Amino acid sequence: MDNLPFLSILIALPLIGALAILLLARGDEETVARNAKQVALANSTIVFVISLLLWGGFDRANPGFQYVEQYTWISQYNIAYRVGVDGISVLFVLLATLLTPLCILSAWDAVKTRVKEYMVAFLVLEALMIGTFVALDLVLFYVFFEAVLIPMFLIIGVWGGARRVYAAFKFFLYTLLGSVLMLVAIMTLIYTQGTADMIQLVKGDLGLAQNIQIWLWLAFFASFAVKMPMWPVHTWLPDAHVEAPTAGSVILAGVLLKMGGYGFLRFSLPMLPDASESMALFVQILSVIAIVYTSIVALAQEDMKKLIAYSSVAHMGYVTLGIFSLNELGINGAIFQMLSHGVISAALFLIVGVVYDRLHTRMISRYGGIVETMPRYAIIFMLFMMASVGLPGTAGFVGEFMTLFGAFQSNMWIGILAASGIVLGATYMLLLYRRVVFGKLEKDDLKAMLDMTPREIFIFAPLVILVLWMGIYPMPFLDIMSASVDALLVPFVEADAAGVATSN
Amino acid sequence: MFDFLIEKAIVFLPLIAAIITGFADKRLGDRNAQLLTSGTMVLAALLSVWLFVQVGLNHKDAYVVPLFTWFASGDFAASWALRIDTLTAVMLVVVTVVSSIVHIYSAGYMADDKSIPRFQAYLSLFTFAMLMLVTADNLIQLFFGWEGVGLSSYLLIGFWYHKPSANAAAMKAFIVNRVGDFGFALGIFGAFLLTGSVAFSGETGVLEIARHVDADNPLPGILGMSFDTSIIVVTALLFMGAMGKSAQFLLHTWLPDAMEGPTPVSALIHAATMVTAGVFMVARLSPLFELAPLVLDFVTVIGALTAIFAATVGLTQFDIKRVIAYSTCSQLGYMFFAAGVGAYDAAVFHLMTHAFFKALLFLGAGSVIHAMHHEQDMRKMGGIWRKVPVTYAYMWIGSLALAGIGIPFLFGPAGFGFAGFYSKDAILEAAHAAHTLTGNFAFWAGITAAFLTAFYSGRLIFLTFHGETRADKHTFDHAHESPLVMVGPLVILAIGAVLAGGVAYPWFMEGGHHGYGDAGKHMKQATDGATFWAGSVVKDHDLIDKMHASAAWVKILPLVMAVSGLGLSAIFYLLMPNVPKQIAKTFAPIDIFFRRKWFFDEIYDFLFVRPIQSFGRFLWKAGDGSIIDRFGPNGVAGASQLLARFFSSMQTGYIYHYGFVMVAGLVAIITLFLFGSGFAGQLLSGGN
Repeated sequence: MDNLPFLSILIALPLIGALAILLLARGDEETVARNAKQVALANSTIVFVISLLLWGGFDRANPGFQYVEQYTWISQYNIAYRVGVDGISVLFVLLATLLTPLCILSAWDAVKTRVKEYMVAFLVLEALMIGTFVALDLVLFYVFFEAVLIPMFLIIGVWGGARRVYAAFKFFLYTLLGSVLMLVAIMTLIYTQGTADMIQLVKGDLGLAQNIQIWLWLAFFASFAVKMPMWPVHTWLPDAHVEAPTAGSVILAGVLLKMGGYGFLRFSLPMLPDASESMALFVQILSVIAIVYTSIVALAQEDMKKLIAYSSVAHMGYVTLGIFSLNELGINGAIFQMLSHGVISAALFLIVGVVYDRLHTRMISRYGGIVETMPRYAIIFMLFMMASVGLPGTAGFVGEFMTLFGAFQSNMWIGILAASGIVLGATYMLLLYRRVVFGKLEKDDLKAMLDMTPREIFIFAPLVILVLWMGIYPMPFLDIMSASVDALLVPFVEADAAGVATSN
Repeated sequence: MFDFLIEKAIVFLPLIAAIITGFADKRLGDRNAQLLTSGTMVLAALLSVWLFVQVGLNHKDAYVVPLFTWFASGDFAASWALRIDTLTAVMLVVVTVVSSIVHIYSAGYMADDKSIPRFQAYLSLFTFAMLMLVTADNLIQLFFGWEGVGLSSYLLIGFWYHKPSANAAAMKAFIVNRVGDFGFALGIFGAFLLTGSVAFSGETGVLEIARHVDADNPLPGILGMSFDTSIIVVTALLFMGAMGKSAQFLLHTWLPDAMEGPTPVSALIHAATMVTAGVFMVARLSPLFELAPLVLDFVTVIGALTAIFAATVGLTQFDIKRVIAYSTCSQLGYMFFAAGVGAYDAAVFHLMTHAFFKALLFLGAGSVIHAMHHEQDMRKMGGIWRKVPVTYAYMWIGSLALAGIGIPFLFGPAGFGFAGFYSKDAILEAAHAAHTLTGNFAFWAGITAAFLTAFYSGRLIFLTFHGETRADKHTFDHAHESPLVMVGPLVILAIGAVLAGGVAYPWFMEGGHHGYGDAGKHMKQATDGATFWAGSVVKDHDLIDKMHASAAWVKILPLVMAVSGLGLSAIFYLLMPNVPKQIAKTFAPIDIFFRRKWFFDEIYDFLFVRPIQSFGRFLWKAGDGSIIDRFGPNGVAGASQLLARFFSSMQTGYIYHYGFVMVAGLVAIITLFLFGSGFAGQLLSGGN
């Protein structure tokens, strides 16, 4: 069983499923829709189970890449189909395979047009997301990283809201800049190193001059910062979320945003350590601005999705803050924060979707007092609201606390400024909850709203379990990443030691 | 799994009860919900008393019940564990006893409510969080309990969610507490960097390391600061958390508003237990705070200011619950300045006695409110003492204990009186004996506040129970004593309010060099052996000696103040009811200043709430809209007419454009590979 090409199977299965739906679904529209949904759900569930096997077989003590597969592509530049996972990427693969079936379930009744194409788009998207996280070749990574956006565009563009063209256009302009620059950086790396093999490249010590490192770092940064998104290149996200259908928002916030953070951990830090070190304060300052600025902006929002989108930017601010603390607590915290945000933001967008499906509006002022008619919904919303606020005992706390801790360790003032997010984050979420769930039930259409259906509760069940598990006993997740993170930190620890030595 | 079953039962029974009751909700039924939550609480209380006897009185050594690792990274590790020592045992008894009584009392008080299981579940959830807080063996679990009680408090203040005022109060409580927690979290970071640990127990724990620090063995400072500066920063940040949770001056504004919650909640959370968590934290971390005399001075001043500030506001309030709320605030101030002068034992002593008499006062007030059909305004009460004689008696007991009535020097050096008499006098003696500038300030503030306390206590009693009734006829005629389920359990609190001080004084305040040999100047080490505290808080035996040697007037003056306060209130509100109005009219500015709570709400609204709201709108519209978008994506499009037309004319074609760019990129790579030395190569050769 060890010899099975696990990762290639994970990438191929959803594609095969998508192909099967495209080719085999026949009959009237209703039958096609039903069959497509069933195939997509079965397919993505199988993929999830396989990814669990991957997790089970993963060797936690080994900081390097596992499940590695290689097939030469262009030998002249050592470009190959290379895939593999380490303690960092394996968790993101799991996040993607977990959220995809939930997305498909959440669209079960909500999507009524072009159901077949919708399911195909999601399966393709899943394959590409997994590909991004397991690719160990620069060219292969670039292909997956950029191709992910095609199904995402389709999902927003075809099944999206009224202003979807503007949203996509905005996204396009931002991403275009990042892609071109990253492409240049990748080409430069291939040229100077004579290989596209990331297993080699992440070992660091590329022999690049400091100024070249900085330029390459900036080129990667342009791409990853847009993806995160970091302030001030975040303005595409609220628009994209507002226009996207529920499942699109879930995947966008849950997985796609993490590709930026993953990029920093896979490229910037190991390949360009000197540049990362010299740019660390710059990124941390941007992160603090993101946390404070977007939290305050979130306070003023009237659209539920926009509010949660802004809160995502703030929460991603903790991620970049933690990564560029360049210490163990910060980076472990940042990875954990990405995972917990993947669960929490996915749940929050699903929560918005539940009432949107009933009332077809996301305006906060249209709600109020729905705890009367939807008590189960109120409980689940409360749990994820508190998780987003970072209440200890939920997943949100561990990541936020560790990243702030790491930041404080690297620079006290940065830590203090960023910690103000503890207060601001609570304010906008409590305000949202109060205006939507509490208060007097006065509006007639709200009085007729039904509580969550068993299918909806079934979607939330795994997320509820995860958010508590990760909050109360997060060690299984932290254990799996720690060896790889330690390896990642080696150049920085050495640099610190050298710094201390010279200053003495 | 089955070892330490008693300790685990005390902490987790309430959680289990909360989960079952919360999820079964209506299916469980009101009566079953009450029985389940109250039954488990009473059991936890009995077990806690047993534990207290073992640890506090039989001097069993402190120990830790390990559960499992919570999270760890590198040198940092936080565990779930239950630490049992005297400080914890005292808190366990206070929390579980008051909680049991409140659970039972609620069966009567909330009888007409439609969400009884939810209410009982919240109460038990709160108790669980509070027990996690007091049994924490590290700062992180302390923080878990800290925020957990904050969540329960939020849920219970906003229990009647259809009331906008209750929602606003719940949010305010959570957010103001978060301001404190902001400091607390940073303080935890700092404490870890300083000591290398967040754990309490063990040789490498925060407390033990702090005990071994002195001028000869300082720790390295953190983040480029000297050790002295570092410890000041760390303890000040930690104390910020205590200020939020315990509603101290500047972060007190949420507590009076929290009275929007049902009265049993006010008694349990906002009087007896949660709000004392700040005092508990300072006592728990006393070895750390002892290293920062400057911060202790700050603690003293904040405590003294709160004691007197809240008392002045309490004079002028007409809502019966708000009077008691400000009284709580003021009494917490006493506890803090006791801690500030180094009398952590006296602080926790007062915490314990206060829990009894203040819970009694709140639940008594609840009984009055119940009798008066949910009327809370004392201006619409009066003359009802014959109708609610039991409640009336309870309120007198609570008030006399709060006022600290007792006779000094009777039956021994500690005197003889109600519970509050012993603990409050111990605090005032300690402040006086400290012989510091801040200690003296606190002493005189405390003496003044003692007068004010007695005065507003008397005012509350006389306005509520005596004189001509001001209630409407219907309410007055139907006023009735509360059912047995409410007034019955209060007996325990009443007994506590009378006896707890006298019984516990020898335990809590033991010490001094008499009988303790010459064990060093301060005996701050955890080597007090078979004593009550056994080193669980720092014990300053020098201070206790000085307290014992206090001049007689120091012990007599508080009683004089209390008696004259009560007497004056009797004159004002019993004999000459027009005088208070006259005085309020004559000194209108002062009256308004006090009545409007020193304008804190208005100032904070002006300074923080409104600016942040409008700033959010500004950043959104101007920052994101007019600047980033205008010069960013929209600007790019605007600058290039061609590009804009290109995109806007394509409607949904952007996907293909995107694909095109990607393919173009790939083509570019391949081209470069095929034609050898490309652009990147030149870039590099140029760069080098």
